[in-house]
Amino acid sequence: MTLFQRVLLVIAFTAALPVSAGSGKLIGTAGLNQLEGAGGGGIVPWATLSGYDSDSEVSVNAFLTRVNLDDYRLQVAGASVSLYDRVEVSVARQTFDLTTLGGDISQNIYGAKVRLWGDVVYSAMPQISAGVQFKDLQDEAIANALGSADTSGTDYYVSATKVHLGAVAGYNLVWNLTARMTNANQMGLLGFGQTSDDDYEVMLEGSVGVLLNRNVAVGAEYRQKPDNLGLGEEDWWDVFVTYIPSKSFNVTLAWAELGSIAGAPDQNGIYLSLGGQLW
Amino acid sequence: MVKLLSSVLAIVLLAGCASQPQTLYSELGGEAKVTEIVNNFVTEIEQEPVILAYFEGSDIDRFIAKFEEQICMVSGGGCQYTGDTMEQVHGGMNISEKDFNLTVDLLINAMDKANVPHPLQNRLLNKLAPMRSQMLYR
Repeated sequence: MTLFQRVLLVIAFTAALPVSAGSGKLIGTAGLNQLEGAGGGGIVPWATLSGYDSDSEVSVNAFLTRVNLDDYRLQVAGASVSLYDRVEVSVARQTFDLTTLGGDISQNIYGAKVRLWGDVVYSAMPQISAGVQFKDLQDEAIANALGSADTSGTDYYVSATKVHLGAVAGYNLVWNLTARMTNANQMGLLGFGQTSDDDYEVMLEGSVGVLLNRNVAVGAEYRQKPDNLGLGEEDWWDVFVTYIPSKSFNVTLAWAELGSIAGAPDQNGIYLSLGGQLW
Repeated sequence: MVKLLSSVLAIVLLAGCASQPQTLYSELGGEAKVTEIVNNFVTEIEQEPVILAYFEGSDIDRFIAKFEEQICMVSGGGCQYTGDTMEQVHGGMNISEKDFNLTVDLLINAMDKANVPHPLQNRLLNKLAPMRSQMLYR
């Protein structure tokens, strides 16, 4: 079964569930979908689920993201289902074009997340979720050539996210902190681990944003990266603006600085993501 | 001498009043604006059948008066809230998260229609938010 068929099956399954579609959250407080398909910001998974579902609803979301860098282009298409404000499952297909060298690398990422405690808006404590991302490289040549130990791998993460109503001169503040156990090289695109050492490390990721009104948020994200292959892999960061005209649609524009990728330095560029809640 | 001291004391006390920070209540626009918000809120509820159902058989005038009191109290307006507790009021309704959150959207609509600026809306929501746990699923 192809990835596309799997996505369709998930959507069909959800459409058959006898529950209402997600709308039960304050606008702008449901996560977008980050690069690996999980609900979150742009490059970091958050504790929020991707949809607006309350505890009696199910949401289905889809997104398309494109990042244009100096020597590469990353395109991601994905879908996610979030159920009863408790569980999120996601699938994402990443295509990494080596625009300077030629060729491309594809990777499938299957994700699951569960909200453990809290409500991002209404509880005094942050919302806390735990998640996994199983990553499966479809094009293994470059990963092998660079000396990676594996061509598939799993990330494990814990996130804490909180919205503080009116906290910044009356504007809503959102922050997120994620700790991720990973051995992925450039998110897995260049493989996992290194032939002499496939140890996991804990990486820290963080996000902060301010909602300027009900429909616009601005913020920044930071993501620590390992350097298993000794190629000088660097931390990522971005600054973003997100427009959320309704609970059904959002568009995010960001400036991303992704550092050195496979030895090519200063990979910076525009990040654009369109997301929508289908159900 | 006593008269001088009294005058100085009076001036000092008055100066203290002038420099007191404004309450959220007064920034919102006081009683007139809160009345407008609550009346708008009732109009929103009347147009939303799912939420209107919760109000069936209730005394709307009492609801308006008590909610105004509550907003005044939480925003530092100095009112005394004389209604029942949130648990008592919402007991037996079994309000779901979905319906509660929909009602928050209605309150936001009500504030939008009363031209309450975005920052003041958030600050008021922040004052009301902790009561949610007392209202859900009872």
